[in-house]
Amino acid sequence: MAEKVLRVAPHADLKNLDPIWTTAYITRNHGYMVYDTLIAMDGDLNPQPQMLEGWDVSDDGLTYTFTLRDGLKWHDGAPVTSVDCIASIMRWSKRDGMGQKLADFTKSLSRIDDKSFKLVLNKPYGLVLASLGKISSNVPFMMPVRLAMMDAFEAVPEIVGSGPFIFDKDAWVPGSKVVYRKNTAYVPRSEPASYAAGGKRVHVDTVEWIYIPDAATTMNALVAGEIDFWESPAVDLVPSMEGNPDITIKVIDPLGTQGWLRPNHLNPPFDNPKARQALTHMVNQEDYLRSIIGDEKFWSTCPAYFMCGTPLDTDVGSEALVKQDLEKARALLKEGGYNGETLILMDPTDIPVLHGASLVTAQMLRDIGAKVEVQAMDWSTLTSRRAERKSIADGGWNIFHTYSTGADVSSPIANIGISGGCVEKAWFGWPCDRDGPDSLEGLRDAFSEEADPAKQKAIATKLQARAYEVVPYVNYGQWFQPTAFRSTLKGVLISPVPFFWNIELN
Amino acid sequence: MFAYVIRRILATIPVMGVVAIFVFLLLHLTPGDPAAVIAGDYASPADVERIRETLGLNKPLHVQFFAWTGRLFQGDLGISIFSKVPVIKLIGQRIEPTLALATTTIIFAVLVAVPLGVLAAWKSGTWIDRSVMIFAVLGFSVPIFIIAYSMIWTLSISLHWFPVQGYKSFLIESGFGLEGVCRDTGRSGCGLVPFFRHIALPSIALGLVYVALIARITRASVMEVLTEDYIRTAHAKGLSSRVVLIRHALKNASVPIVTIIGIGIALLLGGVVVTESVFNIPGLGRLTVDAILHRDYPIIQGLILIFAGVYVLINLLVDISYTFLDPRIRY
Repeated sequence: MAEKVLRVAPHADLKNLDPIWTTAYITRNHGYMVYDTLIAMDGDLNPQPQMLEGWDVSDDGLTYTFTLRDGLKWHDGAPVTSVDCIASIMRWSKRDGMGQKLADFTKSLSRIDDKSFKLVLNKPYGLVLASLGKISSNVPFMMPVRLAMMDAFEAVPEIVGSGPFIFDKDAWVPGSKVVYRKNTAYVPRSEPASYAAGGKRVHVDTVEWIYIPDAATTMNALVAGEIDFWESPAVDLVPSMEGNPDITIKVIDPLGTQGWLRPNHLNPPFDNPKARQALTHMVNQEDYLRSIIGDEKFWSTCPAYFMCGTPLDTDVGSEALVKQDLEKARALLKEGGYNGETLILMDPTDIPVLHGASLVTAQMLRDIGAKVEVQAMDWSTLTSRRAERKSIADGGWNIFHTYSTGADVSSPIANIGISGGCVEKAWFGWPCDRDGPDSLEGLRDAFSEEADPAKQKAIATKLQARAYEVVPYVNYGQWFQPTAFRSTLKGVLISPVPFFWNIELN
Repeated sequence: MFAYVIRRILATIPVMGVVAIFVFLLLHLTPGDPAAVIAGDYASPADVERIRETLGLNKPLHVQFFAWTGRLFQGDLGISIFSKVPVIKLIGQRIEPTLALATTTIIFAVLVAVPLGVLAAWKSGTWIDRSVMIFAVLGFSVPIFIIAYSMIWTLSISLHWFPVQGYKSFLIESGFGLEGVCRDTGRSGCGLVPFFRHIALPSIALGLVYVALIARITRASVMEVLTEDYIRTAHAKGLSSRVVLIRHALKNASVPIVTIIGIGIALLLGGVVVTESVFNIPGLGRLTVDAILHRDYPIIQGLILIFAGVYVLINLLVDISYTFLDPRIRY
């Protein structure tokens, strides 16, 4: 019988193989091919056992006992043990924000026997399962102890997981092709696949990721049947494929992506909350989304900091964002101490979405009376420039744009943009609001200590209201990246991450 | 002659040294931080700093430079910051497609352009001459990507004669082809037939600009030679036009033609970037662009050194070829 090969055009080239070392989404997706997780999120964003048979929680909520399911093996044939999992959790917790938070609450993590281990907390923490079942970067993937013991700031030298596919290192051509073989020893769960949870049944022999940098070429290759699945088609090319019966266009990430306008809280005028609130009044999400996405079926305006359509979705505090008011924005900018100085807006021209958003912001800032210098650069330059905490006179910056997937922002802990941890802990732009229980950091801490979903929602609502006062960033809209694949494919999963199990080639 | 070649080869050493220093400084003084790219959007500044430390990027510039040149003298181009794969292996994976594309392109260009140029010179002032020159102007003026997409649309999508993208090695483990290792894991394997099917459109798309360039120079050069006394003498001796053109005119016009072909080969190294992207050929051009975008310093440094070496070598070969084409030239 002919080898069944699923050929995928991924959104980026796989450059790094260690999903703990880097947060790049392409490496996360690679991680899901090769590795497995103890717990995984299902379609309702509830944590479900994946490598685990299950877990027990003590009455005081301080002790979690985890038990591995039968039949788990590493790709080298060795059995998966609790020691492997403990080491993997420890390595992950050194790199991931939710992992670090979990480590702060951890008193001990210890082996019971080869199949079970125990996590003891020093005080109640409501996000233990959500952390270990985190669906996006950094995902707590399990690795053999010899690799998991390595420095978390160095990449592991070999790729050995226990997931449904085996990475073929000899066939890897960085910048061009990645090859995964079906792991015939993998034992899928019996439940149907749902997001990252459930049975990971593989129906092909090989999955090839063929990186094609040019969007038009990728489209032509899909139309000609040279590839089967295009993860992130350029939205402006979608109409060219829509009438083709051989191609299916579908949004498979129901959470979507959120755009961030990030002001620098250290430099005037955005060191003043009034000036940042001016940005909220200035932004009209529709202008951004029409400019960067276009087709209305792929975007929606959304004032929620934790995404629309998620359990923490709320519009509390969002009046300023919902109705654009340029006069109010102009007045607030002035109240915020703006004196006509030139604002530095960093524009990554090699990322079309962010370039478009930058140009919209520049025009809106001019509309409210600001002088703007748009500094064109590539994304690599921006990532180093944004880390500079210098004043404008010394080469600092005022604004840049980025975006984040719904999987990464739908929780106050995972959403690093909302942190008010100042220069020590906050993300680039360094919002500072950490004093008292009603501050951004105080509310994030309260959220993490709460296990009851209803109470978590109440805290998240308060957090959003506070965020609209502090304005750590301005949400310039939510959009949904379509995926294109040959109509002969069956079983493409709906999920924030593209998974390649469950897919059948007809 | 031998002494000249040795002198020229020795002269490349300081050239490569200057290139190495220049490239190293330019890269490290350019904004952009591979550690920030590796760490990703969600990493804290402390994480980025820690990665810089493990990569050795926080060491003083001169320490990094001497460490790099020290490895270079041992033939070690370093390891990719991102993929952790040795640079020499990455270049090895990519060199065959680029060499294949460059070779087929230049062969196609020479085979088409030289006869066209000679024909245009011979039929100077006629509709044939004007047609060749219009073709040459078009070849120069139309961007490669427009030619490429037009060819893909007609020949690949509509007629299904050629594949849209990709590269297949002519190396094959068995069967019709050179012995080697086929890295292809897809449905169609390696070998000469898949190779030519995949390389045809890229070679033609990239080659048209060189056809235009070489045809124009050939025409001008042959036209100049055709006015020489010895050509008139050859005609007077009763030689056929074909013999006069090929044995007398073309040979004497060949020095500028060979020079432009040599320059064309060197320019090809830059030209392949667009062609490799449009046709998704995993060659050195794409490797260079990817490495620059991600600030993968060891790859960029290694590639530029190799490109510089190739430029120097091609110039040397062109200079040596003059001695065969024109007996008056001796070194």
